[in-house]
Amino acid sequence: MASDASEMLRALGIESVEDLFADIPAAVRSDALDLEPGLSEQEVVARVTSILSANRTMADMPTFLGGGVYDHFVPASVRAITSRSEFYSAYTPYQAELSQGLLQTLWEYQSIICELTGMDGANTSMYDASTALGEAALMARRIRPGATFVVPRALRWHRKSVLANYAIGAGLRIREVEYDRETGMLDLAELREGATPDVCGVYVENPNFFGRFEEQLEDIRAATDAVLVVGINPLAQAIVRPPGDFGADIVIGEGQALGSSVNFGGPLLGIFACRQEHIRKMPGRVIGLTRDAKGRRAFSMTLQTREQHIRREKAMSNICTNETLLAVAATAYVAVLGSHGLRKLAAENAERAKELAAAIGRIAGLVAPHFKGDHFNEFTVRAARGYEAVHQALLERGVHGGLPLKRHLPELADVALFATTERHTAEDRRRLLQALEAAA
Amino acid sequence: MSFRQAFYDEPLLFEKRSDRVDDVDLTDLVPRKLRRDRLDLPNLAEHKVVRHFTRLSQMTFGIDSGLYPLGSCTMKFNPKFAEELAALPTVARIHPDQDESTVQGALRLLYELQVLLGKIAGMDEVTLQPPAGAHGEFTGLLLARAYHRDRGEERTEVVLPDTAHGTNFASAGMLGFRVVEIPSKEGRVDLRALEAAVGGRTLAFMLTNTNTLGIFEERVLEIADIVHDVGALLYYDGANLNAIMGKTSPGRMNFDIVHFNLHKTFSTPHGGGGPGAGPVGVKAALAPYLPVPAIVRSESRYHLDYERPKSIGKVRAWYGNFALLVRAYAYILRHGRDGLAEVSERAVLNANYLMKRLEGVLEVPFPGPRKHEFVASGAILTRGGVRTADLAKRLMDYGFHPPTVYFPHLIEEALMIEPSETETQETLDAFADALMQIAKEPAEVLKAAPHTTAVARVDEVLAAREPILSWRMAHRRAGPARA
Repeated sequence: MASDASEMLRALGIESVEDLFADIPAAVRSDALDLEPGLSEQEVVARVTSILSANRTMADMPTFLGGGVYDHFVPASVRAITSRSEFYSAYTPYQAELSQGLLQTLWEYQSIICELTGMDGANTSMYDASTALGEAALMARRIRPGATFVVPRALRWHRKSVLANYAIGAGLRIREVEYDRETGMLDLAELREGATPDVCGVYVENPNFFGRFEEQLEDIRAATDAVLVVGINPLAQAIVRPPGDFGADIVIGEGQALGSSVNFGGPLLGIFACRQEHIRKMPGRVIGLTRDAKGRRAFSMTLQTREQHIRREKAMSNICTNETLLAVAATAYVAVLGSHGLRKLAAENAERAKELAAAIGRIAGLVAPHFKGDHFNEFTVRAARGYEAVHQALLERGVHGGLPLKRHLPELADVALFATTERHTAEDRRRLLQALEAAA
Repeated sequence: MSFRQAFYDEPLLFEKRSDRVDDVDLTDLVPRKLRRDRLDLPNLAEHKVVRHFTRLSQMTFGIDSGLYPLGSCTMKFNPKFAEELAALPTVARIHPDQDESTVQGALRLLYELQVLLGKIAGMDEVTLQPPAGAHGEFTGLLLARAYHRDRGEERTEVVLPDTAHGTNFASAGMLGFRVVEIPSKEGRVDLRALEAAVGGRTLAFMLTNTNTLGIFEERVLEIADIVHDVGALLYYDGANLNAIMGKTSPGRMNFDIVHFNLHKTFSTPHGGGGPGAGPVGVKAALAPYLPVPAIVRSESRYHLDYERPKSIGKVRAWYGNFALLVRAYAYILRHGRDGLAEVSERAVLNANYLMKRLEGVLEVPFPGPRKHEFVASGAILTRGGVRTADLAKRLMDYGFHPPTVYFPHLIEEALMIEPSETETQETLDAFADALMQIAKEPAEVLKAAPHTTAVARVDEVLAAREPILSWRMAHRRAGPARA
């Protein structure tokens, strides 16, 4: 016990801190916690480091996984900025005067997201792309009557499952639209058929689940009056026309690629942006521009009457704690790279994917990309002998192949989704190709 | 203490002079009709970017800057070793779709954290997936729904005390449940009102214990009986778990479902609003419904188990906010059996000491000791049109982050104060002295506060009346003048 504790006990006129727990009835009192005794800082660091050393990282093992999160190089300046403890140890900026720096940063984040997506307003984050999709479906329902929300059948399984859980409260039915077996893009004819009057919203991704650019955004917009929700990769947005140009109402996406690590899948950054006319129906925290009492530019959280602490069960969402620090990282990342750096990097990713797909496609027994056309930084690979055996053979050679698509789309049991980024070296690619040659 | 926050008239990123650069060639890379020819973001020298954000960070107040006694939010010191661990490549650079054999370390850590949290809360199984407390509530209510449906029951109502967190209401509302709110009595659950409110339609009763007033609900076992007698479930909002570790547990109190706020009780940093982590623990009867994958162990190997036919499925991508889970795991190891109990003891001692120091300055409704926080009313200070908000703003001039204000709603001009266990008596005394000093200050000083922060009182009404959420909106709607 620290020495000031005894002084405080004296001030309270009690002998022991136990007196402050006297109101907890004996019937619910528990024995001491069934845990080990505490360790020193040095021991904890050694123990945790040792447990984690059983992992093989993407640096130890050339890894060609993407599927929503991507291993991009993060400049040290980004980490230096997010390591400022004023940022990372702050709470939600409820008190604007004390939090102007964070508020300005988040307003800059919203502005960057709007520039990338062509939307007018963005929130400061959702948990990840999957919950952003769930929230977008609920928002579509608030904007437009209709109990059906349309999604591509070619969608990561966890996004579908999360959406199904978010849809419960609003009683939304989810309708899936097939992909074109040749191009991997959305089956437009089926969308047109499915865009019935009971549809409140339609979700499409560009690039889509297969990494393929969705070239039909204009036709998709024309096919329906419903709320159009477009899922993006924010890095690809540097070289791809913004969904706003095609009449999207809401844009969501996974923002991890902007300055955060893959972190075994969390924390992530759910991007969420919309057109001006929908701003008051948007979920989540938003920062607004305003003035202080002396007339100077200032920022504050705004539109809080949409939120849980004011609106309670009528709130747009229950979200409170979000992924703010990743939004700070994204802002710093975009600022460090600039428009030129982002465009160059995005183009480099697309070019590398194209070259890698071509090289894989030259190996007998493999087809890459399985879907014809332009891709961003991932693509499908089909193995004539079945993909499972290839995957295992790669692992045995210390190379991690792409994501098997069997669980997501059973008809693609022999197909996997391979991703590449600027982080892969020539040696990584050589090892992959060599291993594929031996395995295929 | 006197305090003057840094102020830089720092331009927006978009207002800085941007370098002109060559464009990139997208031919053969992006289909023509999708090709983007322009991206309006600035190109800045790297050191200018670092300086920009360093300045902005200096206009931000974190727990490392000073006392941050936000009630319910548990702003405690975030140990630095946990930050170092979370940055290890063995955390940061493993992909969630990697083969199980290559992520045994991560799976072991997650498995062990599940076990540790289960022991602390007295729960049988734990999912680490929800990324925040509110999302834990959402998950917990989905579990309750699945549990009842599996028994052929469609239950539609969630009962809440009037002191409940706003997220409880919103989580229930989001899932389409009807919220039945019951008034409290003497700052505690009114058992008669609870009895009258629950029935065959009740899905669950959600409660924090200690409650949001910092009062322990002594009759919690009777509450549990009332809820269970109608077949409903008892949900524990874990925002206040930091008050009771090693003294009692949600399991001992007969709760069925618990969410943890790792960014509160287990010291992971709040990140300026997130990320957090909101794992959910349940009694065995609810375990079959937990999200997939479950993390299981067999013969010293760890596996992701998707074969859970009654599972509610997914509530987010992958397995949880892993980098936060690593920090919380390290924190639990560091404190251990006695250390966690001491955390609660010191948190409770600090709150009661501060409450005592403020006797005669602020009124604290309802007698008796508190646990980790207390709710005072600023009403007795209200003179000359001064409100609690003014008091809060004035505290900033003394170098303190204000407490939570105007919650819970049943206390007039509420100030919800939670000092946390990592503060010393010296800091608590300084905070009490500041409040006493403020109580003597002229009304006009308070109403014009804060005076020493980067900017003066911010006009939040203007921000909401005409929302400007981005650079492009600022230009389009108000012209550059307002920007």
